[in-house]
Amino acid sequence: MMLQPRFTDDLATLPTTAFSHRSLTWWGVLAFFLIEGSAFALAFASYFFLMNHEQGWPPPPWSPPDLLAGTLFTIVMLLSEIPNSMLKHAAEHGQLKKVRAGLLIIVAIGVLLMVLRIFEFASLNVLWTDNAYGSIMWALLVLHLAHFLTDWVDSCVLAALMHTEHGIEKRRFVDVSENAMYWRFVWLTWLPIYVMVYWLPRWIP
Amino acid sequence: MTVLSGKELPRDGVKLSGEALHYRLDKTWSRQPGLWGWLSTVDHKEIGRRYIITAMIFLALGGLLALAMRMQLARPESGLIDPDRYNQIFTMHGTTMMFLFAVPVMEAVAVYLIPLMLGTRNIAFPRLNAFSYWIYLAGGILLWVAFVLDIGPDAGWFAYVPLSGPEYSPGKRTDVWAQMVTFTEIAALAVAVELVATIFKQRAPGMTLARMPLYVWAILITAFMVIFSMPAVTLASSFLLADRLVGTQFFNPFERGDALLWQHLFWFFGHPEVYIIFLPATGFVSQLTETFCRRPVFAYSAVVIALVSNGILAFGLWVHHMFATGLPRLGYSFYTAASMAVSIPTAIQIFCWITTMWLGRPRFDTPFLYVIGFVVTFVIGGLTGVMIASVPLDLQLHDTYFIVAHFHYVLIGGAVFPLLGALTYWFPKITGRMMSEVIGKVNFWMIFLGFQIAFFPMHISGIMGMPRRVYTYPAGLGWETTNLISTVGAFVVALAVLLFVLNAVTSLFRGRIAGPNPWDAAGLEWATSSPPPAYNFAHIPLVSSRTPLWDERGHLPVVTGLRVDDRELLLTSVLDARPDVREPSPLPTIWPLLAALATTAMFVSSMFTPWAVVIGSLPVAAALIFWFWPKEPGLPPEPVIE
Repeated sequence: MMLQPRFTDDLATLPTTAFSHRSLTWWGVLAFFLIEGSAFALAFASYFFLMNHEQGWPPPPWSPPDLLAGTLFTIVMLLSEIPNSMLKHAAEHGQLKKVRAGLLIIVAIGVLLMVLRIFEFASLNVLWTDNAYGSIMWALLVLHLAHFLTDWVDSCVLAALMHTEHGIEKRRFVDVSENAMYWRFVWLTWLPIYVMVYWLPRWIP
Repeated sequence: MTVLSGKELPRDGVKLSGEALHYRLDKTWSRQPGLWGWLSTVDHKEIGRRYIITAMIFLALGGLLALAMRMQLARPESGLIDPDRYNQIFTMHGTTMMFLFAVPVMEAVAVYLIPLMLGTRNIAFPRLNAFSYWIYLAGGILLWVAFVLDIGPDAGWFAYVPLSGPEYSPGKRTDVWAQMVTFTEIAALAVAVELVATIFKQRAPGMTLARMPLYVWAILITAFMVIFSMPAVTLASSFLLADRLVGTQFFNPFERGDALLWQHLFWFFGHPEVYIIFLPATGFVSQLTETFCRRPVFAYSAVVIALVSNGILAFGLWVHHMFATGLPRLGYSFYTAASMAVSIPTAIQIFCWITTMWLGRPRFDTPFLYVIGFVVTFVIGGLTGVMIASVPLDLQLHDTYFIVAHFHYVLIGGAVFPLLGALTYWFPKITGRMMSEVIGKVNFWMIFLGFQIAFFPMHISGIMGMPRRVYTYPAGLGWETTNLISTVGAFVVALAVLLFVLNAVTSLFRGRIAGPNPWDAAGLEWATSSPPPAYNFAHIPLVSSRTPLWDERGHLPVVTGLRVDDRELLLTSVLDARPDVREPSPLPTIWPLLAALATTAMFVSSMFTPWAVVIGSLPVAAALIFWFWPKEPGLPPEPVIE
């Protein structure tokens, strides 16, 4: 026999959207950080595992990657956090105009970064087929590129979406805020990769 | 269009309950009938059922391969199966059982049960859930179609390099294996994300973390283990594919790569994987023990702490699969100690269950028999595990049938027995009808005894030196008798599985009508009808203890006020489950299926050209964008109630 309900609280007054840890999306994005973070951590472990066998890093006669493209990429990426933070703030305060402009800026910065990334591949001074050192260097850059591209496409879609009639919905602002959080993950994971790709081959004799 | 004010929106409550509420909720939450509705559903129950049935089909297929191997090994120098086909068969058996049956079935049951146990209306990210199922199905079909076409993988289920590398495994067989891994890992990770979000945010009000059913705890920890371990095998199989297809040198020792890197990455996933299969099973055991002993499981906190410790320790054991590769002394000692240590939390759980049985009034229905079969079999498997944690013994027994016996004791005893008990136990909830008790009991004894007959002699074969993965053996080594007995046992197990299927199918049509709570159990899933309606619960239950249905006899405290004209979920706070937000749940759509098809096309063609990744990602991106793009016109925010 079905149990009879005994009515207690009425929740009709609860809000229908919320930011940060009160929303489901935030938890979903967080879980994806953990997944992607684990993948990065294991790729880093593989890098050090391979390095451990070598007498020199890069193994002679290869030379370390050229610094310019990667360093520019890093600087632009770090500076992008300024418009990114402003975008996140605007989204959380429902400022549609600022959100629209902020997303377009982030998309434009993404294009610049993509061009720099192409030059990065060209300045590695090793091919992925040359040896395991080359393979892991390329793997780190490609792995990061995949995340960067994912967020860039997501930003493009949101930029388009926020310019339509859907932009007035509060849930879309939550999406913009979570996207800005993802961008932080993308540049945070870049920092150790930058050190591993560009500086460790210089520091380790 | 008239815009209703907040007060006028239809909501469940004193004024709207019973039949009228059912009519409204059913209209909102049911999917459209027919094939289109079937393909685009996002109902966790429907997808969970599909997932379970598909995984059980893969169990049957993997079982048929096991029978083929047992027939070949029943006598020495048998010519039934040639060595090449045999290599494919044992690889397919392990791969199917681990990647297509064990992990998916455990997640599948959770997909079905967790939202019901938490008192919510759907799983978090239900479209991702649909996508996960389709991707899993595609991966399984890829593997089995390849096998039928004689391009089934043949390098063992852990695909060690250099054997699986480009030099020793030319052709597409290993590529199929590695790509199947990508499919199943994406599917498993997606479900893990959904489960974490559902468990943290969608618990019924009042269900604090400390009031969650033990099964929910087990699934929460399992989901985190999936999240931390599966990226390892995805990364490993990507490296392997890259070595094979685009000429990277990760595992090639001649170009500064290292074959052992594969083993580390694989087992960093592979060992936690065992616990990903085992922990949900301990969750089943806890629920079944509670119901059939008529009392809460003894020492709830100890069981939770044991689960958490199991989850953490599982990540410190992977090297014990690699003792035979040569390690530093310290490595041997550390991983031996860690491997022995993991038996402690497991033993704590077992003692808690035994104490519960001792203190309770056990009722020996079929599901509970499986619990007892589990305890006996798993303890034997656990003891051989402690034996081979010791390096000198492991070096003797490595790659012998002793290992085969050990891991079948822990996997079948530790996971399949509880699973069969769980399926029998929740069958009435899923279908509305009971399975036959008489057939169930016969079934249990057949599978329990058949299992011991099949696998116990393998310990002896192993100690007598029989290596695993040999397609035949010469007469006169003394392995004939034990192998013949194993084969007989395998056929008894196969008959028992057949009987289980027959029982399930006949009960589906002729079984006794179950009613909402046939076992008089305590969890929320038993507070709704069997099978549950599309919206799960008419009103969201309010929880004030760990065993709500035992403590609230006759009536169920509920909260009200969710909209009935829109799919609305109640989100609660993470620790103490206070009501926080009413959030809409996504509607059915065909896009997860289309996204899965696009992803499948990309993965399969990438085995032939790396450009497929570039070109194939465009339709994938397009499908994902259509999936996320809102389908209804933008509406102003819901009017606030004054």
